[in-house]
Amino acid sequence: MVYILTHYWSELVQGLGYTLLSSVIALVFSTIIGTMFAIFEVLPNKAMRVIGRIYIELFRNIPLLVIAMFFYVIIPLYVAKIDGFTAGTIGLTIYTSSFIAETVRAGIQSVDPGQMEGARANGMTYWQAMSKIVLPQAFKIIIPPLGNQFINLVKNSSVLAFVAGFDLMYQANSIASLSLDTINSYMVVGCFYLVITLPLSYYMRHLEKRLAN
Amino acid sequence: MQNFIQAYSWVNIRFLLEGLWVTVEVSVVSIIASFIIGSVLGVLRYVKIKYLSAVVGFVVDIVRNLPLILIIFFTYFGLPHLGFKPGILFATILAMTIFESAMLAEIVRSGILAVDYGQMEGARANGMTYVQALWHIIFPQAIKKTIPTIVSQFISLIKDTSLATIIVLPELLNHAQIIYGQNSAYIIPMFIMVALMYFIICYALSVLSRILDKKLA
Amino acid sequence: MKKLKRVLGALGMLSLLAIVLTACGSRKSLSQQDVLQNDRASNTITWGVKADTKLFGLMDVKDNQVKGFDVDIAKAITKRILGKNGQAKFVQVTSQTRIPLLKNGNIDAIIATMTITPEREKQVDFSTSYFDAGQSLLVKKGSNVKSVKDLNKTGTKVLGVTGANSVANIKKYAPKARVLELSDYAQAMTALKSGQGVALTTDNGILYGMASQNPGYKVVGGAFTKEPYGIAINKGQGAFKKEVNQALKEIEADGTYNRILKKWFGNVAGFNYKEAAR
Repeated sequence: MVYILTHYWSELVQGLGYTLLSSVIALVFSTIIGTMFAIFEVLPNKAMRVIGRIYIELFRNIPLLVIAMFFYVIIPLYVAKIDGFTAGTIGLTIYTSSFIAETVRAGIQSVDPGQMEGARANGMTYWQAMSKIVLPQAFKIIIPPLGNQFINLVKNSSVLAFVAGFDLMYQANSIASLSLDTINSYMVVGCFYLVITLPLSYYMRHLEKRLAN
Repeated sequence: MQNFIQAYSWVNIRFLLEGLWVTVEVSVVSIIASFIIGSVLGVLRYVKIKYLSAVVGFVVDIVRNLPLILIIFFTYFGLPHLGFKPGILFATILAMTIFESAMLAEIVRSGILAVDYGQMEGARANGMTYVQALWHIIFPQAIKKTIPTIVSQFISLIKDTSLATIIVLPELLNHAQIIYGQNSAYIIPMFIMVALMYFIICYALSVLSRILDKKLA
Repeated sequence: MKKLKRVLGALGMLSLLAIVLTACGSRKSLSQQDVLQNDRASNTITWGVKADTKLFGLMDVKDNQVKGFDVDIAKAITKRILGKNGQAKFVQVTSQTRIPLLKNGNIDAIIATMTITPEREKQVDFSTSYFDAGQSLLVKKGSNVKSVKDLNKTGTKVLGVTGANSVANIKKYAPKARVLELSDYAQAMTALKSGQGVALTTDNGILYGMASQNPGYKVVGGAFTKEPYGIAINKGQGAFKKEVNQALKEIEADGTYNRILKKWFGNVAGFNYKEAAR
């Protein structure tokens, strides 16, 4: 294990960088997109609700790998040239956004509807009430599940390996076949993942406990 | 259009269905196994048996925080180092079961925690032992409460079987790749068909869970 | 005090885990048993073959069988070693999975377009070479990539397969190019079509197969390396290796080899099978 660590240090660090970069980009955009579709789902407009529902159900029920490969293989053929990292990150964003949308929707619905009515009665528009009163409260509730989504993102970013996205798992495959020391290569990479995910997951549990009290 | 008609020839569809069958096989076995093991682990984590619960908790946390692909590699490439040599199907089932049991353990534990503690005291006061109360009163309620979460975890499991294509498990995605690898005109038809097959199974399961949830509520 | 205890406990468990992991990691491969004896007893040899490589080992969607040159050679060798009723069992491998599977004992031998290299010889034994390939390039017709030199520019993306010797080679021949490694040849070909790289590099035999499947693509650049394919066998299986080499010699002598070669390479444009005949 030490040999792999010292010998392939630069590849490992590069992989870690790409994994983190992809996860962070995907987290930001999937939160934005997810929130958007969550709002669609609670709008009074029925057509918007249907659009929101379709988006969420569609991407929640198709494997991430299929979505990522779709962007890697098909989009460059007909739409735009995108590389593996971009394709993988887009796939990751879309897939995660459908989960975040569900979480945010539950958050919004757990906020007392009276608050919305009260804000509207005080002369706020729907959007003002939503963005200033309802969403901030909803987000407070959903911080722990959002954190768990981020942990999932870091783990799921390993699909980048299938589309040559230079992430940790891609480097792991490469190192494993270069060094011909399969198990130790994957163990080292496993430790790299744990270094990111384990503290995060303990912190989230701590946060959950604190919010519960 | 021509491409679609040729792509969906009976030979290709049959090949895809063979892949789908492997996906279903792996999913069903892993779902059953991980539900049992995950529940046991979740309860073990909750009851706080000295050392044992701590060790279980630690292992569960390690497994939960690793990417599933790594666990697949460990069961397929790593276990033989310990003298046990699983075939590809078994290695995948094992990996899925280990990973999903850990995920379920966490869900079950939080479900038990969410069941009012007063219930335990009430059951004990009525003469039940701790284990009886846990088994007859607390556990069923915890499962009932967490059904939507558990089912969505199982949906993830079904989707994640596609990752085993990296060790050439002949499942749905792998078979689609073989078909479009031999004729690239079939790329889009294959992606659509594969997405559709996964969607039907997963969506049906999520509808089922909603019905179940309503009935039990 | 409680916190300290907890931290110490976690540290203790981590170190225990580390010990267990390193112990597993450093354990030598289990395949110490005599493969030849086992195979004779079960009347079966288990081969690792490719399933995504036209001409060498390709999955036939119609009957779910892998077919190709490697597969036929493996069958012929099996018959030589075990007799007429000997069974050849095939396990699908990729360039990435084949060595771990062999070392773990899931398969008895690899016959999967595998080049004999000094690095690999440190890990596994090879039979004598059974096919002489050379690395080449597959590009879209009309591409301005004519040889491996054209790839040696910063920003050029070349597609290959994880675990293939060709990936290591291209890093030598075109160090400025960026190599993208896919999991198997079907994925690499699909990526080439999607424009994820300007060329796909691997051995010419494999590339000719791809070119015949995909009319818009051609093999360029000649063979810029020598890639002798060998059958990989675990270290310490001297008896089995001897039998495989003997069987190879016999099928070359009695014309079986040439018949199989002609069957797969007789009509491949650009490949002179008579030159490769033995």
